[in-house]
Amino acid sequence: MRRQIPIWICGVLGLLLVIQFFVPHQISEDFLDKSNDWFRILMVFAFVIGIGSLIRLHTRRISRRGENWRYSIVVIAGIVIMPLVALIDSISAREFVTNGMWFEWFYFNFYVPLDATMFSLLAFFIASAAYRAFRTRTLDATLLLLAGIALMISNAPFGNIFWDATLGKLPFLPNGFPTILGDWILVVPGMAAKRAILIGLALGAISQSLRILLGLDRAWMGG
Amino acid sequence: MKIEKMLQRIVVYALMLSLGGSIGFSQQPAPPTNVNAFDTPNDNGASVTITWNKSADDGVGAKTVIGYNVLRKSPDAEFEVITESPLKAGATRYVDQGAKGGPAYTYIVRAITASGSTVDSVATAPVKAVGNWYHTKKTTLLVAILFFSGVTLVFIQISRGGKKLFIRKIAGLDAVEEAVGRATEMGRPIFFVPGIGQLDSPGTIAGINIFEAVAGYAAADQTKLKAPCADPIVMNVMQNSLKEVYQAAGRPDLFQSDDVYFVNDRQFSYVAAVDGMITREKPAAIFLQGVFYAESLILSEVGNSVGAIQIAGTNQDTQLPFFITACDYTLLGEELYAASAYIKGDPLQIGTLKAQDLVKLILFVLMFAGTILALFDINWILSIFERKW
Repeated sequence: MRRQIPIWICGVLGLLLVIQFFVPHQISEDFLDKSNDWFRILMVFAFVIGIGSLIRLHTRRISRRGENWRYSIVVIAGIVIMPLVALIDSISAREFVTNGMWFEWFYFNFYVPLDATMFSLLAFFIASAAYRAFRTRTLDATLLLLAGIALMISNAPFGNIFWDATLGKLPFLPNGFPTILGDWILVVPGMAAKRAILIGLALGAISQSLRILLGLDRAWMGG
Repeated sequence: MKIEKMLQRIVVYALMLSLGGSIGFSQQPAPPTNVNAFDTPNDNGASVTITWNKSADDGVGAKTVIGYNVLRKSPDAEFEVITESPLKAGATRYVDQGAKGGPAYTYIVRAITASGSTVDSVATAPVKAVGNWYHTKKTTLLVAILFFSGVTLVFIQISRGGKKLFIRKIAGLDAVEEAVGRATEMGRPIFFVPGIGQLDSPGTIAGINIFEAVAGYAAADQTKLKAPCADPIVMNVMQNSLKEVYQAAGRPDLFQSDDVYFVNDRQFSYVAAVDGMITREKPAAIFLQGVFYAESLILSEVGNSVGAIQIAGTNQDTQLPFFITACDYTLLGEELYAASAYIKGDPLQIGTLKAQDLVKLILFVLMFAGTILALFDINWILSIFERKW
């Protein structure tokens, strides 16, 4: 019974939401809005559990002086400081504010630079991954390398300038050929492969949804 | 005498000018014609669509119409302009989004010239906005879903009948046991990273299915399995999964709720934390299964740098090239969703995979035939795939 009730709720609600997609009536839209509201409410409760898990894990590590416990102090400090400064801002403004001076100072001087640093690492990782991928050990890797070179040349201004000044002068070769080739790789073979994967993904998602609605797949409720 | 004659001439010229103005040089444009108002189909009952034929003076001649205003009238009120600013010349359609639950409205379309003069069309018949119970333009999609569901149910019945269905080998899923075994031999933990998606994403649920399989092998080998989560609901579900798997394996003592923990729901904060853990704890196997965006390569390159065997899968097609480059195995396309059926070997679930394969085959046949027919300007197959709403 403990398992049957959630499966029934999921099946019935899932089916109603599928039907909702085909019903444009206001009642149907209200039902979707209400469902989304419920999801948001559940999210808030889940967040409390999530934050609880995070605090428990790190306080335990600090108290036991576990491995790398000093990092846990930074985590706990972050969890405490950000709400605290938001509270100080709200007390000074005598109303609830989310963009107070102190909060924004911490946000823009700590969070934003750290976030941007992580994102910018991507450039270096793309270079290291590309280096490995372009090692021409197999036919696939060779094709990948050739396509990669063609796309790099097509995107670099130097590519077209060099081409137009040399081979582009020949009567039977067009000007701006690197761009034409790069666009063709993206739009024809690249797009064909992408669509094949997308079709597979879409059918897989529908198939999995059906398994969930029919109660065959129960991973969503934890086994 | 001279003054009298001058006055007479002035009067005659003035009369001629006024006559000419009213006949030959009128500033009033021709009105819009054929004005029609109707309840917008396939909507929630909030709008009325008004269509008309352009004024004969639209964009031409001295009486150039530069725009149109639409006016609405309820039974007990006067006409009022409902367009926020005049519609540009050439417009022939307007959707009144403010007709929700209202009475039967009457509409007129007013043509406006550059000089500011206007002319109104004939008023339409009263029309009321009504909500629709079925979106007619989604019929193709409905038929496709019903067909897919029907085929799936048929294959489930075939599986129930005991018939063995063949599924091709999926290298990435076959490698799961190998990866867990490697971690066991090396005495290092396994990391399972479910991505930053929420539980409403099929990709996340597919990832959790693979997590169950990994947990099963980890329980059998008594190898540490850790899962840092970016979503608290996903964390709860994975904790339950892990508990169930360890109980089923007869090792409930191995379960520690802190092995599946919430890290952060912000993309790069999550990545920073997970990358830090990978660097410090050096897991022998890393599973990246779920929804990933720009963080895919940052995670997989760090995993690669510590020498972990990596098996990845995501429903984000733009991230697959990164995983293919940086990971040992990558689940492509529907392989991610096939994991549950493939690893568990549940015949009912395998039935759904066969249905999926059959529908995919039908789609490819239709696409091929549609492409060939389109070369001869026969487009009815292509029109099936057009999005009409």
